Amino acid sequence: MTALAHPRSGIGRVFEHRFMQYRRSYRASIFSSFLTPVLFLAAMGVGLGSYVDGSTSPALAGLSYLAFLAPGLLAATCMQSAAFEAAFPIMSGLVWSRTFHAMHATPIDGRDIVLGNFAWIGARMVLVATVFTVIIVLFGAAASPLIVLAIPAAALTGLAFAAPIMAFAATQRTPNKFNAVFRFGITPLFLFSGTFYPVDSLPAAIQPLAWVTPLYHGVALTRALSLGTVGGAPGLALIHLAVLLAFIAVGLWFAYRTVGKTLLRG
Amino acid sequence: MSTPLATAIAPDLGAPASSPSLILARGLTKRFGEFTAVDAIDFDVAPGESFGFLGPNGAGKTSTMRMIGCVSPLSGGTLQILGLDPEAHGPQIRARLGVVPQQDTLDTELTVRENLLIYGRYFGLSRAECATRADELLEFAQLGERAGDQVERLSGGMKRRLTIARSLINEPDVLLLDEPTTGLDPQARHLLWDRLYRLKQRGVTLVLTTHYMDEAEQLCDRLVVMDKAKIVAEGSPRSLIEQYSTREVTELRFAPGVQETLDGQLDGLAERIERLPDRVLLYADDGEAAVAAAHARGLQPEQVLVRRSSLEDVFLRLTGRSLIE
Repeated sequence: MTALAHPRSGIGRVFEHRFMQYRRSYRASIFSSFLTPVLFLAAMGVGLGSYVDGSTSPALAGLSYLAFLAPGLLAATCMQSAAFEAAFPIMSGLVWSRTFHAMHATPIDGRDIVLGNFAWIGARMVLVATVFTVIIVLFGAAASPLIVLAIPAAALTGLAFAAPIMAFAATQRTPNKFNAVFRFGITPLFLFSGTFYPVDSLPAAIQPLAWVTPLYHGVALTRALSLGTVGGAPGLALIHLAVLLAFIAVGLWFAYRTVGKTLLRG
Repeated sequence: MSTPLATAIAPDLGAPASSPSLILARGLTKRFGEFTAVDAIDFDVAPGESFGFLGPNGAGKTSTMRMIGCVSPLSGGTLQILGLDPEAHGPQIRARLGVVPQQDTLDTELTVRENLLIYGRYFGLSRAECATRADELLEFAQLGERAGDQVERLSGGMKRRLTIARSLINEPDVLLLDEPTTGLDPQARHLLWDRLYRLKQRGVTLVLTTHYMDEAEQLCDRLVVMDKAKIVAEGSPRSLIEQYSTREVTELRFAPGVQETLDGQLDGLAERIERLPDRVLLYADDGEAAVAAAHARGLQPEQVLVRRSSLEDVFLRLTGRSLIE
């Protein structure tokens, strides 16, 4: 046989496929990566912020509302785009175009498919977070040079959603339940996980609910880096990081199982 | 030598000397819960052979193909492909197979050429090698002019040809085709058969499933008929006809209502007689003699057709005429 080395870099090949698909639509995608933060920061940060800044809330402690909001939106935007990327392309690969089944007929296996897609979503999140962070800096809303580290923190926030949603998407034959995930999962999290106001402002009974969601931890970590307050409570930052990593690890383990099962079912 | 089509002439067996078969199945079984899709079947496929699984829908053909393709674990029995065990060496075996699945699995967002390029990458081929092979295969599949088009815009026949071209990118030792022409119009089917016939002539081992008899007669050196998860017959198309049918078949159609009154009058006219709702089939080696005998008895069919026995006669005899769904 000629040059049929078993590709041990199966993950890389799956990543390459996703990149090939992305090349066809990257202009629109990059444009919206710019537009989303500009619109949100202008409307909520600058517009709404001009009212909020008049208040004497201790939560802001002398910060502008824009500076408080920006890192929260950064993490929450990564959550939304990662959730989307983990739902529809996985359904397409397994059910609509069935390209994952085509991959599986080659030396590529289920693990490569899960990790290759996951790596691709990670790369997309780094891109989205980088663009967003540049805009935060341009808005003058970055309080610390540590905001550079907010990029990986926000990307990890996205991945903490991507992994379990991928696992779920692989169990579905139609996208009907995705709406429920977005409407009853992603949107409430976006609103209630500390993006727009500190979670302490919520009724005490609800606060523990926020603590168990990855977005709460992602927002807190991203914000601590953007504001430069992370040094004040490094232990807390590590807990946030650990929660995100735990969601990723458990999510990937389930995704490996559900994707594998769907590939075997054919 | 790197043309995908030419190298497949001499399959690199890698099989133990004791086993000349490319594929060897013994007691091969697939169960889904309580349901047995494939029930302890045995078969061998030799290098360069064109081997078919024939059977009605639900007979277990696709389940068998998926086990050979190393994407579906066995529930029982043994299976050796290229001398290797699918359970232990799935990726290594898959590296040497070409697969044309029943449903297209092309990436419709990518172009025709990109589909070939990325598929080559899955087999670990360099980008340059993928490009060379993609161009040759586009030529082979008569898709050169559509190379830059998005797959979504291709016709069904073109997509099938692209799927076959894609399955050849790794110069496979064995090509697995699951109902390669189902759903295509006659022109597209004939073009596809022509391409498959060329592969066969070049020595590529073909394993295919079909429920089209003409397809089986055109392409298969040897085939097995599957029904209800089991193999019910095996042989070349010709030998199956000899074994399970007569040389000729005579079809008699009577005026409405007449056929029901023929009680007993047909007996002995042929080796085997089959009454269908709209006609009577006489299985006899000499069809004209059977017609003469019928006329001699005073029977007056409205239409008479004498034809050679086909694989379809064998198939219907073995798997029955009732619709299985």
